Amino acid sequence: MSEATMTRREWLLTDRPQSRLQARLGRAYVAWRRFTANKLAVIGLVIILGLVFLAIFAPLLAPHSPYIGDLAKARLLAPGAGHWLGTDDQGRDILSRLIYGSRLTLQVVLLVAVIAAPIGLLVGTVAGYAGGWVDAVLMRITDIFLAFPKLVLALAFVAALGPGIGNAIIAIAITSWPPYARIARAETLTVRNSDYIQAVQLMGASPWRIVLRHIMPLCISSLIVRVTLDMAGIILTAAGLGFLGLGAQPPLPEWGAMIASGRRFILDQWWVAAAPGVAILIVSLGFNLLGDGLRDALDPRGSGQ
Amino acid sequence: MAGFLVVVATTYLGLLAVTFFIGRVVPIDPVLAIVGDRAPAHVVERVRLEMGLDLPYYQQFWLYMKGVLSGDFGTSVLTTNPVMTDIRRVFPATMELASVGTIIGALIGVPLGVLAAVRRGSFTDQVVRIIGLVGYSVPIFWLGLLALLVFYARLGWVSGPGRIDVVFEYTFTPVTGFFLLDAILNRDWAAFRDIVSHIILPASLLGYFSLAYISRMTRSFMLNELGQEYIVAARAKGLSETRIIWGHALRNAAVPLVTVIALSYAGLLEGSVLTETVFAWPGLGLYITNSLQNADMNAVLGGTIVIGSVFIAINLLSDVLYRMLDPRTRSR
Repeated sequence: MSEATMTRREWLLTDRPQSRLQARLGRAYVAWRRFTANKLAVIGLVIILGLVFLAIFAPLLAPHSPYIGDLAKARLLAPGAGHWLGTDDQGRDILSRLIYGSRLTLQVVLLVAVIAAPIGLLVGTVAGYAGGWVDAVLMRITDIFLAFPKLVLALAFVAALGPGIGNAIIAIAITSWPPYARIARAETLTVRNSDYIQAVQLMGASPWRIVLRHIMPLCISSLIVRVTLDMAGIILTAAGLGFLGLGAQPPLPEWGAMIASGRRFILDQWWVAAAPGVAILIVSLGFNLLGDGLRDALDPRGSGQ
Repeated sequence: MAGFLVVVATTYLGLLAVTFFIGRVVPIDPVLAIVGDRAPAHVVERVRLEMGLDLPYYQQFWLYMKGVLSGDFGTSVLTTNPVMTDIRRVFPATMELASVGTIIGALIGVPLGVLAAVRRGSFTDQVVRIIGLVGYSVPIFWLGLLALLVFYARLGWVSGPGRIDVVFEYTFTPVTGFFLLDAILNRDWAAFRDIVSHIILPASLLGYFSLAYISRMTRSFMLNELGQEYIVAARAKGLSETRIIWGHALRNAAVPLVTVIALSYAGLLEGSVLTETVFAWPGLGLYITNSLQNADMNAVLGGTIVIGSVFIAINLLSDVLYRMLDPRTRSR
């Protein structure tokens, strides 16, 4: 069969890829097809893309300032034409605060992932590849952190470091890496004795090179799935810390802190506390749906569970 | 078994090391927290020595460990009681709440999971999945606030925050600290009704939280069992579908389910931190958050150690139960 008669679909799905690029694109195409067949997963992706869109274009999309309200005339207004979601006790537009709050949520999620995932990846791959006492010690430490109640430990850390969004991110990251280490170690153990690793060893590659260049890339896909599934939990923990006054400090429009400040008016002006909760629910639902879809698409072994 | 105990011991040691470390990096000077910032220098110095803060860190850790293992978490600055006394007073409230929550979660979650597995891919399956996903994604403190607004303030179906009405403050004498049990022991049915109407809302919320996890795991275990050959054999024998599902498949799925329910119980102890804050439930969670707000580190770390210890104990217990219930693990 010649190149010219092949459609693009056939080129992607061929059994005999002519180049590494074609093989990779083909695999991505299959995963994408499997992903988009799952309607809930697509909804999740749309939600997350929407969050990113809101965060990037917050100044253009927000109708009012998130920090400066009209204390004289616009305190605790009900949802209506001027303020779609009403105003809070300082006369600030709640919709605008929610839109700006998406930046904080995204910041928390991204930073925790950027800090925790590499730690887990490094600990897990090194433990799995080195084996022996290195493995024993590293996994012991991992198990200790895994045995902790996450939220309570994060609370204690923030109490020690002092409240603030930066410290909240550090505390959540410290409590989030152990599952990633477990996954990375399990993946490492399955490939550690395979032929291609032995071939690289014979070529004289150093252990670090093998771990960094030949083992870590294989762990990435299952790690991405796990991190995505964890995002919802991270958002909820961050919101919980914010609700307790330990996360982002006023006047930052953090969603959990917004619920806490709306709590005082819950009986008469319920929308002040209700709106940010809906935002948290939608975003963490989005991450859960996306994570489920990614797991089914990237890892057919775990599907159906 | 010996290796098992070593694992538990090192995990516990790690827990203490982390709380010790947190206690030392605190920006609040523990001496000033006790003597106040107007104390003369020689008093500050004396208290410093009494607290052993001049010793090297490994000796401090040794003292700390000895104290914690004998139940001494120091004194709470806020209540001026020993932290252990405070925790003993508030802990039953948390356990009661988490227990009722787990019971609700298991009673609803297991049947939902079974139903979803039996009717796999159907509308019911989708509904159960959505219920679970929302449970994973909803901020529990927010749901608690809305539930209070609707069921307490608007509809008046349940009692508001707290464990029991002030009316019963002098007539009701707690014995065990578990109020539901106490009311039954005292045959105080008016108090019992009041306690139920207080606990039902926060416990249902925690129950929903654990239901999400329990129903998902039940579905996956049941799908696994329903694909086994003994199910085909039971069908071939002509057993009714009800008996196959509830008598045969669920019975085998129950073994791993015990672990799941135990772990979800541990999760609820943690989830109670936020729930108790919303419902002014006088348990360990509220104690920790109140102490946090007053920079009372001894109390915070004591509470952390207690919840961590319960976590470790439940993990251990579920492991032991699993071995006891599943004969296949015995030979290994």
